[in-house]
Amino acid sequence: MRVLVKGAGVAGLCLAHELSARGAAVTLVEREPGFAGAVSWFAGGMLAPWCERESAEEAVLTKGVSAIDWWDDALPGEVSRNGTLVVAPPRDAGELKRFASRTSGYEWLDAAAIARLEPALAGRFREALFFPGEAHLDPRRALSQLRQKLVERGVVFLSLADSAGEHDLVVDCTGAARIGATPGLRGVRGEMLYLRTDEVELSRPVRLIHPRIPLYIVPRGDGLFMCGATMIETDDGGPITARSLMELLNAAYALHPAFGEARLVETGAGVRPAFANNLPRVTRAGQSIAINGLYRHGFLLSPALAAEAAELAVTQDLKGDAA
Amino acid sequence: MLTLYGQELRSRLLLGTARYPSPAVLEDAVQSSGTEIVTVSLRRETAGGRQGGAFFELVRALGVHVLPNTAGCHSVSEAVLTAKMAREVFGTNWLKLEVIGHHDTLQPDVFGLVEAARILSAEGFEVFPYTTDDLVVAERLLEAGCKVLMPWCAPIGSAMGPQNIPALRAIRANFPDVPLIVDAGIGRPSHATTVMELGFDAVLLNTAVAGAARPALMASAFAQAIDAGRQAFEAGMLEPRDFAVPSTPVIGKAVFA
Repeated sequence: MRVLVKGAGVAGLCLAHELSARGAAVTLVEREPGFAGAVSWFAGGMLAPWCERESAEEAVLTKGVSAIDWWDDALPGEVSRNGTLVVAPPRDAGELKRFASRTSGYEWLDAAAIARLEPALAGRFREALFFPGEAHLDPRRALSQLRQKLVERGVVFLSLADSAGEHDLVVDCTGAARIGATPGLRGVRGEMLYLRTDEVELSRPVRLIHPRIPLYIVPRGDGLFMCGATMIETDDGGPITARSLMELLNAAYALHPAFGEARLVETGAGVRPAFANNLPRVTRAGQSIAINGLYRHGFLLSPALAAEAAELAVTQDLKGDAA
Repeated sequence: MLTLYGQELRSRLLLGTARYPSPAVLEDAVQSSGTEIVTVSLRRETAGGRQGGAFFELVRALGVHVLPNTAGCHSVSEAVLTAKMAREVFGTNWLKLEVIGHHDTLQPDVFGLVEAARILSAEGFEVFPYTTDDLVVAERLLEAGCKVLMPWCAPIGSAMGPQNIPALRAIRANFPDVPLIVDAGIGRPSHATTVMELGFDAVLLNTAVAGAARPALMASAFAQAIDAGRQAFEAGMLEPRDFAVPSTPVIGKAVFA
């Protein structure tokens, strides 16, 4: 079976991985080389289904839990399984209780336990939530390595200008590019930045709860920290706004004042594709399938959606043979 | 029946559209609340100045009146500019006017508010000003052309409920004919009932519903609480007494037995 996958972001790569594992001959079309067009390049890379449940539907937890093993199997050594720490400034301690009431899979930590887990945060927070089952990865390394693995498996990568040739099935994984064409699909803008400092060391993602400006910081190693992310209802993918930059930096500074002396090495913005319930969908029409609406859960939900779409593709192929 | 700028409304609940887990949850909340007016922030949802995005389409598709707001504006000129954008995007003269004086608490800058209200009223806007419970400011806003007032009952998003009942009573008593909507500070349905019992005409909410574990259920709870408070106000309530008054006659009974 020959499948053409359009879009080589996290959804397209996961799908190609699932399809090739099922014996399909996969061709992937990239909009731009080097993931320049992929919103997953700006992702946090948190595999945090329990934390996400705070505002997401139950399906994000049930479908997201298996993503940690999926990434660990697909790219051994790339996944850090050391949980997520959730903290709040003292005056917003009530928000931490609210977060706890919406989630599961956590333990309450006191100041001493926080200091043991993340010495850099010692003395800064009186209590925290720790989600030990969660994990994280570096999305840029993961995308590059998954692409390399697929090349080694014989998956063909084409640019938009190349002729795709004959195929039995097309799967669209072009995400936000479908806004306007796919009914009900909208864009939710996300802005992020990278800070570099040797003065703070963190070993796991830390979420700072704030009623207006929630922030997460994911350590990438070597003094590099990814800070994100805004959620703005627009499909404008332009550069980060001054207000968002200010708010993200303020929140980072609130987490640890040493971030005030960090170097701001990169800012970025992307448009996440989302449906009205903020849950992704696999849809099928004739000889084509689409995965879309991954919202802020690209790395968390692509594995489950890719498996679903790959099963659908294989089934569709069998039906085609029988006809 | 509530009348705001000539528009008759059955529902006395105005609902904000920010910070819901998803647009689908927002839609459920709007439906179960029975609200006829939703507020929407122009500024926050138009990064880079792009307008008419999918979110605005979703808000329009709710089928209720849209009250655009100037949330996030910190100066008169910003608020006026945002108001004009709002009029273009939503084709309405209605405007919830916010001029924020303090970045962190979002306390209104009442001086800028009065100035912006004067400018916008002169340009044909029907202004719903988000203000404090200060009587003199309320008077100035009416002079500036506002025909509705929206005093807070506690700082925005604080969920503290009515903090200064005498001030709310005073503003009600001083402006008996002006529609008064309590905007900001409501945390739970009993807070809404309390201000409705004081004779306020409506309540505007956002976080108390959007931040609930089940927003649609909370929206319905608020709708009922607001109705209960309004009906109690119209029915006329007893004034508290310092001692018990039996509801059955005591004559002929062994009272001290």
